[in-house]
Amino acid sequence: MRPIAIVGYARTGAAAPENDEVELVRQVVDDALTDADITRDQLGFICSGSCDLLIGRPFSFVSAVDGVGMWPPKSESHVEMDGAWALYEAFLRLHHGDIDAALVYSFGKGTAGDLNQVLTLQLDPYRMAPLAIDAVGMAGLQARAFVEAHDADPALADIARPAWSDGAAAVVLAAGDLAERCKERPAWIRGIEQRIEAHSLGARDLTQSVSTAQAAAALDLSGVQAAELHASFAYQQPMLTRALGLGEGVALNPATGALDDDPCMSTGLIRLGEAARRIHTGDVDVALAHASSGPCMQHNLVAVLEAR
Amino acid sequence: MLTAPYVLEYTYRRSVGPVVGAFLTTLRDQGRILGARTASGRVICPPTAYDPDTGEDIVDMVPVGPGGVVTTWSWVAEPRQGQPSDRPFAYALIKLDGADTAMLHAVEVSDPSEMATGMRVTAKLRPERSGTILDIEGFVPGDVDEPTEQTSEKPVRSISSPVHLRFTIAAGKEPSRFLQGLVERKFIGRRAPSGKVYVPPKGADPTTGEPTVEDVEVADCGIVTTFCVINFPFEGQKLEPPYAAGAILLDGSDVPLFHLIGGVDVAEIRMGMRVRAVWGEPAPTLESIRYFEPTGEPDAPFADYEDHL
Repeated sequence: MRPIAIVGYARTGAAAPENDEVELVRQVVDDALTDADITRDQLGFICSGSCDLLIGRPFSFVSAVDGVGMWPPKSESHVEMDGAWALYEAFLRLHHGDIDAALVYSFGKGTAGDLNQVLTLQLDPYRMAPLAIDAVGMAGLQARAFVEAHDADPALADIARPAWSDGAAAVVLAAGDLAERCKERPAWIRGIEQRIEAHSLGARDLTQSVSTAQAAAALDLSGVQAAELHASFAYQQPMLTRALGLGEGVALNPATGALDDDPCMSTGLIRLGEAARRIHTGDVDVALAHASSGPCMQHNLVAVLEAR
Repeated sequence: MLTAPYVLEYTYRRSVGPVVGAFLTTLRDQGRILGARTASGRVICPPTAYDPDTGEDIVDMVPVGPGGVVTTWSWVAEPRQGQPSDRPFAYALIKLDGADTAMLHAVEVSDPSEMATGMRVTAKLRPERSGTILDIEGFVPGDVDEPTEQTSEKPVRSISSPVHLRFTIAAGKEPSRFLQGLVERKFIGRRAPSGKVYVPPKGADPTTGEPTVEDVEVADCGIVTTFCVINFPFEGQKLEPPYAAGAILLDGSDVPLFHLIGGVDVAEIRMGMRVRAVWGEPAPTLESIRYFEPTGEPDAPFADYEDHL
């Protein structure tokens, strides 16, 4: 199988709440393609990640494609998940071997509604959603379970509302020779794994991130110098560090982390992009990126990127 | 920049299936809590129709609780409307006696100092129950009265599962100028680098993804490129059928705008018909145009709009 690398990346800064999805998407797609030195006609596949419930508009992703440029028609897909999972689909698609480059993007307007309440709707509608527990309440349950099980700093059980914002991100993947032509130091994907836990909070072990540890166990983590972790709440960073077995020497979230800026649906893809950028620039040779989804980090994705 | 409030409401009813149905029916009629036993002997409560570890069917239903142990909790100092209590309370995961998994629910105490992981609590049932997880009013430390039984004719087959969310929707820069133009009875589109004019506009040329370059005002009259006659009533309908909706290619624009066609018998509407906007109350919305009506000019030849279908 040809190796696959991240060769382009862009994200929005502090996006104005007045921007619509097309405006958010257009700029990052343009910037990521420029960063990769790739044109639209070289793309064999496009995959996006977003969630309609953030703005309450069904199929909002079909209008956002206007910001990408869709003529002649492209092979296109969408996941109702963080863009990190769109990247996973594009990674699999590139492994079919018939295309050389793929564009991945994600967008979300976390400030259009009350995201804390919107996230209640991800819960099972029979046994959990009627109780109207919000994202902060769910995090509180997991934070306490973690703190008490591991005798961690009790302050971690005090939950702050995440730094939810509006934003978008885009990543360009390329395979083999094309990746070498796009970037002097492509961020080769050494491995990428994802695992999911049961949905019911009461059927899970909330004291640790079981699925993160399982994803990491399937990967070669040797030589990791920097890690970008998708931690929206303070307790999640030590929980993830523990699940990944990261040592003292690993630089955690060298870029602005999810705790400071959390553009919902792009936060995970940004972790992959930031980890890749550190390899592109020569800062590090091996970087880990983590993305999370679902209530109390139900679903976790871990990737190891490297220079060769 | 224009923004508008937007409320999303769904009035879903969801089927519960045999396992959750039995759980909710027993909860409603007897005030008792059932768990689902899996092939491995684990008892799942609240029950799922499958073993969450293996996906296999569950074996049978067994009574659990009403007492149990708090495995973790989270204090809610300022409850919101729709949450289980209007006074401060704790969300908790509660492992009921006889169960191997924990139930999410509310614990009614007045202060977080009364909460602790490992504390014993008991389910307090509502006197009148409707067959939902909220038939348990909450959990309390210590004992509660025996629940009363109630008789019902039918088992619980579905639950009401309404969604109510409020948003503030941003129109975006270019759509905002289009909508503001309508207040002055102008159609303001955007020219793309290719020369094409998009009305209503977006911030990008949807063909290429390039940013559009300049505002262009186009005429308030144009050609009906296609249309449909609505003969059927539907929920939320504002007009009396039959009426017509059409795609209207305004003079100077390259993409049709969708609106109503009025002032004419629907049987006379045809492709190529020339129409003009009939303006109503000035407002930054397409509703400020009542409809498009025929101008009486000769029909446009097909060649004039064949590239705009």
